[in-house]
Amino acid sequence: MKALCLGLVLAAFALAALPARAHKPSDSYLSLSVNAEGASGQWDIALRDLDLALALDADGNGEITWGEVRARHGDIAAYASARLVVTADERACALQVGAQAIDSHTDGAYSVLPLTLRCEAAAPKRLEVAYTLFADLDPQHRGLLKLQAGSATRSAVLAPQAAAQAFELAAPSRWRQFVDYVREGVWHIWIGLDHILFLVSLLLPSVLRWQPDQRRWAPVATLREALWEVFGVVTAFTVAHSITLGLAALSVVELPSRWVESVIAASVVAAALNNIRPLVTRRLWLVAFGFGLVHGFGFASVLADLGLPTEALVLSLVGFNIGVELGQLAIVALLVPLAFALRRTVLYRRAVMVGGSVAVALLAGIWLIERAADVSVLGG
Amino acid sequence: MTLPLLRSTLAAAACGLSLAASAAPYTPTNDAQVLERVVARVGDARGRELEALRAAWRREPRTPAAALAFARRAFDEALAQGDPRFVGQAQAALAPWWSERAPAPEVRVQRARILQYGHQFAAALADLDAVLAVDASHLDARAQRAAIRMVRADYAGARGDCEALAPLASALISTACVAFADSMNGRIDAAARALAAALDAAPGAPAAERLWAWTRLAEIEERRGDMALAERAFRAALALGEPDVYLLAAYADFLLDQGRAAEALAALVAARAGAPDAARADVLLLRLALAAQATKDPRGAAWTRELAARFDAARARGDDSHEKEESRFALALQGDAARALTLAKANFEVQREAADARALIEAALAAKDAAAAAPALRWMRDHGVQGVALQRLARQLEAAR
Repeated sequence: MKALCLGLVLAAFALAALPARAHKPSDSYLSLSVNAEGASGQWDIALRDLDLALALDADGNGEITWGEVRARHGDIAAYASARLVVTADERACALQVGAQAIDSHTDGAYSVLPLTLRCEAAAPKRLEVAYTLFADLDPQHRGLLKLQAGSATRSAVLAPQAAAQAFELAAPSRWRQFVDYVREGVWHIWIGLDHILFLVSLLLPSVLRWQPDQRRWAPVATLREALWEVFGVVTAFTVAHSITLGLAALSVVELPSRWVESVIAASVVAAALNNIRPLVTRRLWLVAFGFGLVHGFGFASVLADLGLPTEALVLSLVGFNIGVELGQLAIVALLVPLAFALRRTVLYRRAVMVGGSVAVALLAGIWLIERAADVSVLGG
Repeated sequence: MTLPLLRSTLAAAACGLSLAASAAPYTPTNDAQVLERVVARVGDARGRELEALRAAWRREPRTPAAALAFARRAFDEALAQGDPRFVGQAQAALAPWWSERAPAPEVRVQRARILQYGHQFAAALADLDAVLAVDASHLDARAQRAAIRMVRADYAGARGDCEALAPLASALISTACVAFADSMNGRIDAAARALAAALDAAPGAPAAERLWAWTRLAEIEERRGDMALAERAFRAALALGEPDVYLLAAYADFLLDQGRAAEALAALVAARAGAPDAARADVLLLRLALAAQATKDPRGAAWTRELAARFDAARARGDDSHEKEESRFALALQGDAARALTLAKANFEVQREAADARALIEAALAAKDAAAAAPALRWMRDHGVQGVALQRLARQLEAAR
């Protein structure tokens, strides 16, 4: 008794004087990233702590080897997954533990468990994490949670004896969503070669004027004249495709996509041929408007692939449309000044206007055949 | 690759090959590869004893005797190894009574130790006061309360508890206890003489007692400014061969203060080689990094990174009991005086020992914010605290005002 008491006395003083803490208390590192099916993540648990619960050091020699850890993977996975319950909108998610790896943290080696959570609730609004790892062995143990949902990351300290912690998964910010759709719109016009070629075909003659008596294109005198033409074409195209994009995206009008894609290809052929043998020389904007209606359906099918969030339908639609317009304006801003500068040259009137249009008409003609007959001419 | 994984990989890449930060998960290829060291359950007497007590507790988790026996043993392990995980295990053994308002005295005393370890001094004192009110001759409660009162700068109260220890503990312990209180309270010379005499008079005292008394004497002599006597006391304590994280940290600080960083580095590295587990203690890691910085040792960068990662980890779990060490780290190794001062101020609210005051004054000097150190100066004045290093710093502070 005397020896024990002395030990305690000394310990009390050593303790008082002990500068803060040595080592590190027991922590696990849990990261979860919410996705469409539930969440994926990773759970790092110290081997020292697992040894306490599961006696990993099988031969008791004080050294935990990879062989000893590997042999107990099933037990480790079962022990850990029994002590973590994630609930999405009141319904428990199924937890699956993948093949473990090893990682080093500041205080030693950890078992790294990849996690897959499958939740019944799609896009849950509320996630609850009940954490009881080592609750009976070390009440000072903590789980350090990093939870990622959308673009937001938050962290929390999970105490094994505390009640489950709930996290409200805020819907992604509206502004952010809007910006995302604007970007998609821009991206789509830039990769949508058929839309670009249609626009270019309509814009090429904007710096020229058809002389019916001489049966040839003559350069316009002023930039103002050209811009007026450009303005008419771009506005008509925009208004037209905005109308049909809206109607299609809101499921008011639906057209078979093969028909739409074929007509789009045909529109490019028509616009290109018109530059070579003009049929329509005035009011090109009417052409832009008519075919623009069809291009709108084309944009709508892209938007359908992206998926419109139901809670922010109109906002996303407007965002996407604005993106398309911005992309379109960028093309105009590149093309028109160049065309205006070159409009008097033979290069422009022969090579670009005629040669370019022939090439465009040929390419779009192939698309037309491919799309209308559903065959692949160019491959891919 | 998941985002956190990617981030940790990038972080690891950014700071080079660090021992400290989580690198990247890997799958070992060799079954024989040793991943971790723990207390051996076979062959090692200490480990066997610990496991036997743990097993007894788990067989009868609601029996106070079994629970207390394991809790005490686990707690002692925490002190010996400097590993707070054992404190959590001790707490687990007390789980059935942990939230009770007034459990049995023995449980309360053990609960107080655990609370004290977590710097919950008020709650710990409440338990000890209650136990001593019923049983004034409770040795553990008395000793622990003396210790907490010292930390809280209640020197008169601590001295009272030390005097009450006289009939309960050995003469060496009670004398050392009184001397320790007096040394902070304007009677440092007499305290040093009394403690040295008590040590001379008890050559046959248990090693643990002498270790503790020699360490105290070393610190008192250091504060008196008699560095030769301090060194003699440190060496006497070290010669006992008992593993003691606190002693080693104090000795390293002593050497660092003397400008003998190379010796400090050698002593710490040797201790690390002798007891790889104790080397995990961050108090020792801090001294290693400081010594390496002073000697321009190339290993210093890795130690500094490891320390930074540990402080980050502690902060992530909401643990603020590292403030004194982290203040020193921020000041000396990161050159962030403002942050060091914030930490030292917060620490001084909780703990008031010479090292706490010193951290505060040094940070205030570096941050050119003399007023921030006022609580430390007031503490020195109110208690007549003596210490050559502290007083020199205080004079610098006065000059800077």
